[in-house]
Formats: sequence, structure tokens, C-alpha cells
Amino acid sequence: MKNRMMLFLAGVACAGFLTTAEAGNKPTIEVLSSWTSGGEAAALNVIKTEYEKRGGVWKDSSIAGFGAADAAFQNRMVAGDPPGAKQGIIGLAAADFLKQGLFNPIDDIATNGNWAGVLPKSLLDLASYDGHVYLAPIGAHGESWMFYSKDAFQKAGIEAEPKTWDELFAGLDKLKAAGLVPVAWGGQPWQQTKVFNMILLSQVGIDGFLKIYVDKDTSDASREGVRKTLQILGKLHGYVDEGASGRNWNDATAMLITAKAGVQFMGDWAKGEFTVAGKEAGKDYGCMIVPESPGMVYIADSFYLPKTGNAETDTAQKLIADVAMDPAVQVDFALKKGSVPARSDVDTSKLDVCAQKGVDLMRAGAIVPDQAIVLTPQQVGALDDFVDEYWNGSFNDADAATTNFFTVLQ
Amino acid sequence: MRPADGAGPAPAPLMRLHAAPDKGGCDDCRLSRNELATPMKRKPNLSATLALLPTWLVAVVVFIGTMAWSIHLSFTGSTIFPSSDYVGLAQYAKLFSSAKWLASLHNVLVFGLLYVGGCLLLGFLLAAALDRKIRFESVFRTLFLYPYAMSFVVTGLIWQWMLNPTLGIQASVRALGWESFVLDWAVNRDMAIYALVLAGVWQGAGLVMVIVLAGMRGIEAEQWKAARIDGIPVWRIYVSIILPQLGPALAAAGLLLGMGVIKTYDIVVAMTNGGPGNATEVPAKFIMDNLFGRQNLGLATAGATVLVLGVIAIVAPFRYAMFLRRKSTGARG
Repeated sequence: MKNRMMLFLAGVACAGFLTTAEAGNKPTIEVLSSWTSGGEAAALNVIKTEYEKRGGVWKDSSIAGFGAADAAFQNRMVAGDPPGAKQGIIGLAAADFLKQGLFNPIDDIATNGNWAGVLPKSLLDLASYDGHVYLAPIGAHGESWMFYSKDAFQKAGIEAEPKTWDELFAGLDKLKAAGLVPVAWGGQPWQQTKVFNMILLSQVGIDGFLKIYVDKDTSDASREGVRKTLQILGKLHGYVDEGASGRNWNDATAMLITAKAGVQFMGDWAKGEFTVAGKEAGKDYGCMIVPESPGMVYIADSFYLPKTGNAETDTAQKLIADVAMDPAVQVDFALKKGSVPARSDVDTSKLDVCAQKGVDLMRAGAIVPDQAIVLTPQQVGALDDFVDEYWNGSFNDADAATTNFFTVLQ
Repeated sequence: MRPADGAGPAPAPLMRLHAAPDKGGCDDCRLSRNELATPMKRKPNLSATLALLPTWLVAVVVFIGTMAWSIHLSFTGSTIFPSSDYVGLAQYAKLFSSAKWLASLHNVLVFGLLYVGGCLLLGFLLAAALDRKIRFESVFRTLFLYPYAMSFVVTGLIWQWMLNPTLGIQASVRALGWESFVLDWAVNRDMAIYALVLAGVWQGAGLVMVIVLAGMRGIEAEQWKAARIDGIPVWRIYVSIILPQLGPALAAAGLLLGMGVIKTYDIVVAMTNGGPGNATEVPAKFIMDNLFGRQNLGLATAGATVLVLGVIAIVAPFRYAMFLRRKSTGARG
């Protein structure tokens, strides 16, 4: 314990020394992120390279695991020693920090870069608070995707992408009959909630979805939509294998890559796994928005820029915000991470077929925010619990669960 | 956050003067010996006081201070930052209406009883086996103790793979031809908690074995001889003669394991992450989730407070009983 303390102190001393040594007149920024896996790190590196090219000094503080990085960030904020920038989700996840006035506004960068003209309105709204822009959007992920293995579909004799849930269930029956696992299910609460949301969007439409999550509407129409959603979710339960519980999403994707399973419901980051395995979108695997869905659930990454009280860091924060929104950086970043650029005015020719579908939906405004954007972290947790409990326990009783759903959002 | 640390070593050290040095947990022994070595009447010793001062400060400020701060926060509506918006007992009401929290209390109780009981039983049996002066004893001893050298995270991952129906034992046995074989504890809602117990016992039994074996070696060989002359069967010697003398060793082992139970977190995260559903949710994980992921400081500290109270409720009567026993033996001796 004592030795560790000494090491720690020595480390702190060294870090302090390095900071003073490096901080010439170059804008230096410490970036705290959880992007450590292959594709993620490569994507972050795109921003880093451009940032350094423009004369900045980049100090990487990556922590593996979204939750772990978040916990570290919260602790450093509370301790009054925030990093220069933190990768985080736009929306209510940042609300508590913004309410306390802990972030620096970047209105000038947003105005100069014409963010209002190039970002989807809903995205810019969520990056702003009280009329000022605070968060620098990096990229967006579509979360309404159903990936399918073309090999598995062929084996089961499914010719066309299903257009309705009934067609999909007919297809899943065929997959089952062919001895395959119909649905590669990742049985972790956050994954299950994402599936719940993509089904919900397909049942209630874009306005209905926003009514439920943003306005907390409890009308009969909303209730009926949730009930139908839960029925479909419950029906899916019959098509997963017994190893589904607790499975990581990338392990589920691997089941598609090896053609052991037919379909997976996941966000577009799953493409990264296919790419690493040498599979090509549209050729080896297909991607479609879930049946009957009029649009796409999305989540967007951004940089949080905490107030540090250091003028040099303020300059660096403006630079990193500008770099993150650079059109070329946004495309490169999206390519590496498997995401969709946050800007809708970029050149999409380099993107794969799935990302192009995503960009089209974003341009058309056919997008709804993920629950992490419109709900507080406490409500997100309660929603995860609700879906998890339904999936693992009472998935036969959609009526009772519907009532519970609306109490979760209170 | 770690109530067991704060709640453990409290009551009057002076009373320990009368305790027999070989009774009680091992930290108690050390204390008692030290105190026996010092003169019976204590003089205030400046250098000793100064030397102990930092420890005292740490104990008061870090343990008790932060505990008080946590309890204070549990009466506020704090979300991500501590706030002084008092809400009375609302967080506690919310806590006990949460199915997840109630499930976690139930789970930790089931896990705790089976884990401590299982470790003690298996550890005792292993120790008894090694005590038979067998060949390669040290090899076996090392082998049995090895799991304890592993962190709970590693233990959890290993057992998660072994008990996962599509990867582990079930898949292997089926591959050998027994198609109907089922071993799906890690993903079965009704069995997942026992999967945790299994992994925990596998890890912890070695520690109990070592402690108990040391206790057995301390028992005089004369007793064995006497019992053999009387023709008492070996199992009976262990149950009726050896076991009663191992009380302190078993109590020490049980206390160590019990403290681990309250803190149970890593093995759950590694093995099941609380699932399926709430089947393996535990209080420490509930608290951690709310502290960070769900940004609900008020609820998390309320949970932590309940946990501390729970520990005190269990430990206090136990310590009091020990205190009374010492007093009576002290008076007689």
C-alpha cells in the first residue's frame, strides 16, 4: 500500500513536471475517452492527427469501458480537476453538468462553422443548453439495424429482406428449421433496451416515439403501441439460444459472421466486427432498418468541454471542437468507427451501403433520439430494469408490463 | 462504501487484557499479546501517541468521516453531484420499493450463507484429508490454495465460461455424444446464484483449509493416541474431539469470508453481471451502479447506509456476546 502510494505520488510529480514542460504556447488538451477497441481507437486517432496538424498538443487519457470512463470523469469533475475534453453522449447525460455551469460554451465556433446549417436540427438542439452551444458533435450511430448473415438466409431459403414483423417471424421459423440459431441475442440490459426501442419506433412512428419519451404521453394510442412492442419482443424470446443471457454484442455478431445465427438487432457499430473479420456489407451480410420502421433511433457522440479555468485549455477546446466538426474528419471518423457523420453535408460516396442508408435517414430527419439522450440516467436505468425484467420473467404478459412501462418514465 | 472495514474492530481494547491469547480471531491474538507485553497500568506515552496520531486521523476522517458524509447524502436528492436538497426518507422509501434492491438483499443472504457454509465445510474436509499425513501433502496444499491466489474477476470469468451452455462443460459433454446433458447454471435464472456459490467456494475453500490445517496441527498428538487406544473411529475423533477445538480457527475463517460476502461485487460482475434479470444482483453492485452509471448519489448512499446498518445489526450482538464471555472467563481466571 505504501509503495503504491509512493508510486502514485511520483507519478503525479512526473505528470506535473511534464505538463509544465510541454505547455509552451501550443494549445494542449487532455482528452478522456473510452474508445480503446481497434476501430474506436483508429477513429479517435483521426481527430488526434488533424488536431496535431493544426498545431495542438494532444494528451490521451483513454479508459477502457464506457462506465469506467464516465466514473473517472465524474470523480474528476467533483474533485475540481476536469480533463480538457471528454467523449460523451449528447443530451440529458450532460444535463447535470450544464445546469451547474461546468462546461464552456462554444458559440463562436458553432457560428463560424455554420453548425445550424449543417447539423440536423434535433442534434444541434441536444448539443445546446439555454440557447448556447456546449457540445461538439463527432458522429452519430444508427441503432435500428437488423444485420443478417446472407449465408444463413440462403441456407434457410429466405430470398428477400422481410418487410413486416410477420414476414420476419416466418423467416425466423425457417432459420430454426434449418438448424440455425434464428436470433443472435445479446442478453445484457442495455442491448435489450435498444431492441425494445427499435421495435417501439416501428410500432408507433416517429411522432409517437417522441410523444412517449419526451412528452411522457400516456394516451391509449401510446399504450397500444407499447403493448404491441412488448408482444413482438416477447415473441422474439422463442428464437434465441440458451447461451444468450449475458452475451456481449460482439460475441453475438460473431455468430452471424460464422453463419451460426441468422439475424442480430444492434447499432451500426456491429459493422466494425464484420469489417475486422473481412466481411463486406451488402455482399456477405445485409443490413436493414427493422421491419415497419419509418426511421432510425440514433445516438450521437460529442466532446464535453469542461471549464478548467485555464485560458490555454479554453483555446485548445475551441480547436478540438472545430476539428471534430471538420467535414473531412467527420467522414474519416465515421469510416473507422462504423458510424454516420453528424454533419449532413458531407460526401457520402466513401461510406458503405449501411452508412449511406443512415445518412439518407438523417438528411430526411427520420430519426429519433436514443433513450440515453432524452431520459435522465436514473430513468435510463429504470427502463433497462423494466425491459430486462420483462425479457427474463414475464414475457408472456404484455398487458401488465404495459402499465409498468409508463410508471418507469414518471 | 466498505462498511465491514469500519464496523469491525471497535469495542474496548482494555477488556482484551483478560482474554486468553489463543482464543478469538487472529488479529485479536496479536492485539492481546502486545497488550499483555506492556505494563498493566498504562502511562500516557507521548511518542506512542504521536506515532498513532496519523492512524487515528485516518480512521476518524477517512472511515468515520466519509461514512457520516454518505449517511448525510442519503437524506438528500443528490443525483450526480452532492446537493443539500433534503428529501427526508424518500430515498429509503424508493430503495425498499425497488424490486432490484430487495432481490439483491435476498441474493446476498442466500449467497452468503451457502458460500461461507460451503467454504467452511469443504475447507474442513480438505484439511482433515491432508491432516492424515498423506504423501505429497505440500503439493496438494499448494494445489488447493491456488484458486485463492486468483482474483474474483478471474474466478468469475473461468466459471462463466465453464457453466455457459454454448461454450463450456455442457457443450463439451454434448460434443462427446451425450446430447441431452444440461448444465446451464450461469444463464439459468433459478440456478445462477448457485453458480456464484460454486465459483466462490472453489476459490475460498483453500483458505479455510490452510487456517483449519494450522489449527489441527496445533492439537496435541497425545489426544490422538488416547483416542486410538480407546478404539474411537477416525471420523468420530474429528467430529467430537478435533472440531470443538477448532472453534477459533473456524471463527476467524468465517469472519474473513463473511466480510467478503458484504463486499461481493467483482465475482458477480465478471460472472453474470447481476443477471439473468435480477437473479444475481447484489447490494454492492446495486450501489455502484447507482453511484456512477445511473448518477443517483442519493439512492446509492441510502443503499450503503442500509448495508452498514445491516452489518452492525449482525456484528453488534455477536461482539457483545464475545465481550460478555470474555468478562466472565476473565473474572474466573
